[in-house]
Order: sequence, then C-alpha cells, then structure tokens
Amino acid sequence: MLHTTQNLTTTTTPLRYNGHTSVFLPIVATVEEVKTETALEKIYTVRLPGGQNLGHVPGQFVMVSIPGVGEAPISVMSSPSRTGETFKLCIRNAGDLTSLIHRLQPGDEIGIRGPFGRGFPVAQFRGKDILIAAGGLGLAPARSLIDEVLDNRSSFGRLIILYGAKNPGEILFRSVLAEWDERDDVEFMVTVDRPDDVWSGHVGVITTLFEHVDINPYKTIAVTVGPPVMYRFVTMELLGKGLTPEQIWMSFERRMKCGIGKCGHCQVNHRYSCQEGPSWTYAEALAFEEAL
Amino acid sequence: MSLYILSKERLPQFVKALQGKFRVVGPVVTETGFAFDDITDPAQLQMDYTTTVLPPKKYFLPQREVLFSYRNEKENGGPQRLEMRPVYQDVQPTVIFGVHTCDMNGVMLYDKVFSEGFRDEHYMERREQIYIIGIECLHPCDEASFCKDMGTLTAPPIYDLHMTDAGDHYFVDTGTEKGERLLLDNAYVKMAEKEDIQRLGQVLSAKWPRFRMRLKMSRDQTPSLLTLGYQARLWQELGDRCLACGSCTNVCPTCFCFDVHDENDITMQGGERVRVWDSCQLREFALVAGGHNFRESKASRVRHRLMRKGKYIKQVHGLLGCTGCGRCERACLVNITIPGTLNALHEEMQLESGI
Repeated sequence: MLHTTQNLTTTTTPLRYNGHTSVFLPIVATVEEVKTETALEKIYTVRLPGGQNLGHVPGQFVMVSIPGVGEAPISVMSSPSRTGETFKLCIRNAGDLTSLIHRLQPGDEIGIRGPFGRGFPVAQFRGKDILIAAGGLGLAPARSLIDEVLDNRSSFGRLIILYGAKNPGEILFRSVLAEWDERDDVEFMVTVDRPDDVWSGHVGVITTLFEHVDINPYKTIAVTVGPPVMYRFVTMELLGKGLTPEQIWMSFERRMKCGIGKCGHCQVNHRYSCQEGPSWTYAEALAFEEAL
Repeated sequence: MSLYILSKERLPQFVKALQGKFRVVGPVVTETGFAFDDITDPAQLQMDYTTTVLPPKKYFLPQREVLFSYRNEKENGGPQRLEMRPVYQDVQPTVIFGVHTCDMNGVMLYDKVFSEGFRDEHYMERREQIYIIGIECLHPCDEASFCKDMGTLTAPPIYDLHMTDAGDHYFVDTGTEKGERLLLDNAYVKMAEKEDIQRLGQVLSAKWPRFRMRLKMSRDQTPSLLTLGYQARLWQELGDRCLACGSCTNVCPTCFCFDVHDENDITMQGGERVRVWDSCQLREFALVAGGHNFRESKASRVRHRLMRKGKYIKQVHGLLGCTGCGRCERACLVNITIPGTLNALHEEMQLESGI
C-alpha cells in the first residue's frame, strides 16, 4: 500500500512572525508610552514594526514576552476602533514576568505574538442593548468592547456598564469613568467592596448593583469579565433578569503557555481556551463540566 | 503495495548501509530493559523486543526542545533591545527501526496534533526527516498490553517501511515513496513472490489469538462511558492513591502537553526559550495568575488524564488518546491502570444505572 505522510491538514495562520515559520517566535515590538494607572496597574502603548495594525477583535489576547523571563497572555485593552499604529495593554504587577514588565520604559522592546483566541462577536451585538459587568482588572479587556461600542454608538442600543473594584485605590481609568458618568448615552455604576474615608459611592460586591438596573431581556447582550469567583454570582443575577444563557458572554482566565492549542494548559474539558475561548457564552460554559 | 523479502542475514548489512546516509535508531538492550537509542553497531538492533520504557516519541517531540535563541540587552540607561532567532532542533534524516504498531498509532496522533490548526513547524520540520520502519507485533509485550482492545494491533498508514518477522526472513512492506528510497535500489531486498504474500497472510492471521482483551467495553464506548462517569466515586479513590508523580504522562506515546520557559546563559543577556514535556498530573499545571487552580485535587487531575485519553483527544483530533501500549501501567507506582480504571467505571455505572 502506498500512502503519503504529507496529507496532513494545514491551516494558514493570521500570525505575523517576521517571515519565519515558527509560531513560537514573537515579533519585536516597542513600548511607546508607559502610564501608571494605579499602584498595581500600568498601561502600555505598544507599537508593532512599521506601525502595522494588530488586527484584533475585542476580547482577544496577545502573548507578551520578555526573553529571559518568560511569556504570558495579556488581554488587549484597545478597541479595534482605537487601534491604529499602536495598541494598549493594561498589566497588573502580579508575578515574575509582570513585575519586570512594570520596570519597562518608553523605547524598550518586548516580544508580541498573536492576537489569539475567539473574541466577542461584535457584529452579532449590533442593534442590541449591551450590559457590561466588569470586576477588577476585567475592566481592561472590557474596554476593548466598550470603546468599540462608544465609537459606533448609533449601531447599538443602551450601554450599561457595571464595575466593581476591591477598594477605591484599585479603580482603573478614573478620568474615563468620569466621562462615562457624564454621558447621557452611557449608564454607568461603580461599587467598591471596601470603601475608604472619602468614598461616597456604592459599597458592596458587583452583584449589589443589579437591583438598580432594569433591562429588556428581549434585546440585551451581557458581557462579564472578571476574576473566576465573580462569574457564578453575576450569571445568577443576569438569569434572574430574564436573560438566557446564550445572551451572556464571559471571558475565562486560563494558564495559556503556547496560545496555539497544543500545550494543554488552558484546556477546559476538551476545548482549548486559547483557541475556542477565551470568550464563551454561558450556554457553552454550562456544557463544560469544569468551566466555572 | 510493494512487498519485499529481506533475509535476516542481510539485515546488519542493510542497517550499515543506511548508517551511511541517516542517523539510525532503534531498540537496544540497556541495564533497565529495552530502549530506543542510536545504533552504532548493527548487532545492537533488537527487532524482537518486548517494550521500551519511553516510546519513540522522544525523536518526534524531544523532552527538551529549543524554540528560539534570544539576546536581551540593555546598556547603561539605554532601552532594552531584543533579538530572537528561531531554532529548529534535531532536524536530521533519521531512520527509526522497530516501531511497534501501538507506537505508530501514537505518532499518527502527534502528526494530527502538530499539523492541525496552527502548524507547529518545529515538529513538522523534524517529522519530515524521520523515516519510520515498523515491526509487526506477533506476540503481546507483556501482561500490561491491551493493544487489541484499542485497535492498535495493525500498522496505521504512517509507516515508510513495515517489517514482519517470518522466521529466517522479514517481509518488508513499503508505505511511502520515502520508504521506497530507503530500500537503496533494492540492494538488500528482493521482490516477494505470490506464495510469499500468501505466507504473510498466514503469519498475520495466526497472531490474533495470542492477544487477550482486557476491557469490559468496546473502545468505541469509552467516550460515552467517561461522559456518564464524570461524577463517579472512582475518581476520588484514584485521587487518594495517585502520587501525582507524572510518570504515566512521561512514558505515554500520546501525551504531548508541554511547558515553555526561558533559560538564560551565564551572561544573563541571552539564552534560549525551550519547551519541555509537562504533565497534567502535576499540581501547577492548571494554576493561573492570582493563585486559582482549576484542577487542585489529584482526583480532578487523574480524571482529566483519563478524559483526555478516552474522550477529549478524540473530540478534538478524531483519534483516541490511548494506544494500549501499557507503559503507564508499568510505570505507575500505585497500580493505577487504564483498563482497571475503565473497567471499574463500567462496573460503577452499571450498578448506578441498573443496566
């Protein structure tokens, strides 16, 4: 029997890796600007060679490298509508790699691979009311969707943003939040778990905001991004408001090591979150045994 | 199909001739049993071996593999400058002799994993240079084998050459054009005659009764059995016993999970990003930033391994993730076995559902 070992499936990839064929090789990007956001987070403006567009959709992530230290998945903060020659990443100082990223200065080079994963299907969201429930650092990936909606405001219905932070010191994007608060076409609420002496706003976990929100379940899409513990409770609130599992989107954190669906680390049951995720509907998540 | 005859007397000369053009590896005798290793003297090659501790996967996915080298320099006060160059490790024409049919099935899965979706050129570049010479399994390796259950007792269509022991000679089947080239203009083989082909059929059909079946269900049922048994009590029992040592995944011909990390050289300004075999049985495997572990308990990790073998890998790649080679069973210090687990699950589910 004559058979061939060459009949293997091949897929063209959306990656750019300097003309090399290795999907593991990052492209060298430059940090253009570093902005200290809170005591924990900094925002990095990153430029790809030649100012080429990242070409991502909201909810996708990139793998960020400092060779010699390692690589980690970071959600893109910029919306495609605000991504030209640069894009933004909001990075928390949380480990070996991110603590070194926090030492980076404008002009320093970093490695970028991606964008990877399935983002939010924005086209399907058009015409709908959008409810965003973001917890903590989850507001950064949520920004990629929020800004996309704001920049195409007439294509969407209501925009409701609920944001929960641990304490006032951890609140991200304060000036942007103030803008949202001012706008008539954004319904924005923020709460903190632990107030300080000057905090005069809502106190409590993010679910306590839901009693102040009325939604039309017939035309609402909910998107929730935050720490793993948040999803279960936010989902219960959303279901209580009449949304179906298909109308609820979420983004899962997993330990991606390769970003290309091979290394096994981010597997949720049989699915690789770096490929079929990190964005899933709650209906999809319900079918997993180990998702939530 | 081109079938040839290679007399056993001529095998050493054939190996020697191949050594002139290829790196030649195959099963050899070591202090701890058989192992795949480089053949320096054709007399080392053991075509009639039982099993090896590690499958030949080490030639397809090295235990440690450099993906790229880098320089990361920052001169006093200047910006961090990066330079990265891809490395394609162990890409050289290599002939692997004596690959059992179970292990060829493992390679067939690897080929799918690393070519489907994002194409992994580090694997594919090396793969194209590897020539597989299979050997037909005529006897079970030992009590741990359950290849017949898993349907891996027949050579899958990935071999370049496949040999069958017929006493004083081997039948040699060519599977690819690469395999035809390996025959070196038929300098060591002759074309098989019609009666040789009949003889091969006899040898092949005579082998089946020698292999026993160990599973109480068919392999086609393992995905549904595992779906049904996701919440079974069995997982806690196995989790209590498991030492989380990762031996099972290390020796598995279908395990391909890896970790990626950077290894600096002594200047601390350069080094290599490498991938190394990893194991879903280790506690850190599903740990994320912030400390949440999606598979904290050993029970959940043992279950994940079995789910991958008997269900998930098939869902993604269309092939079961177990070849029945028995290596995990031989390596396990607390006697957790795949047939034992599936059979116990089958019994628990029967009791529960009253089937």
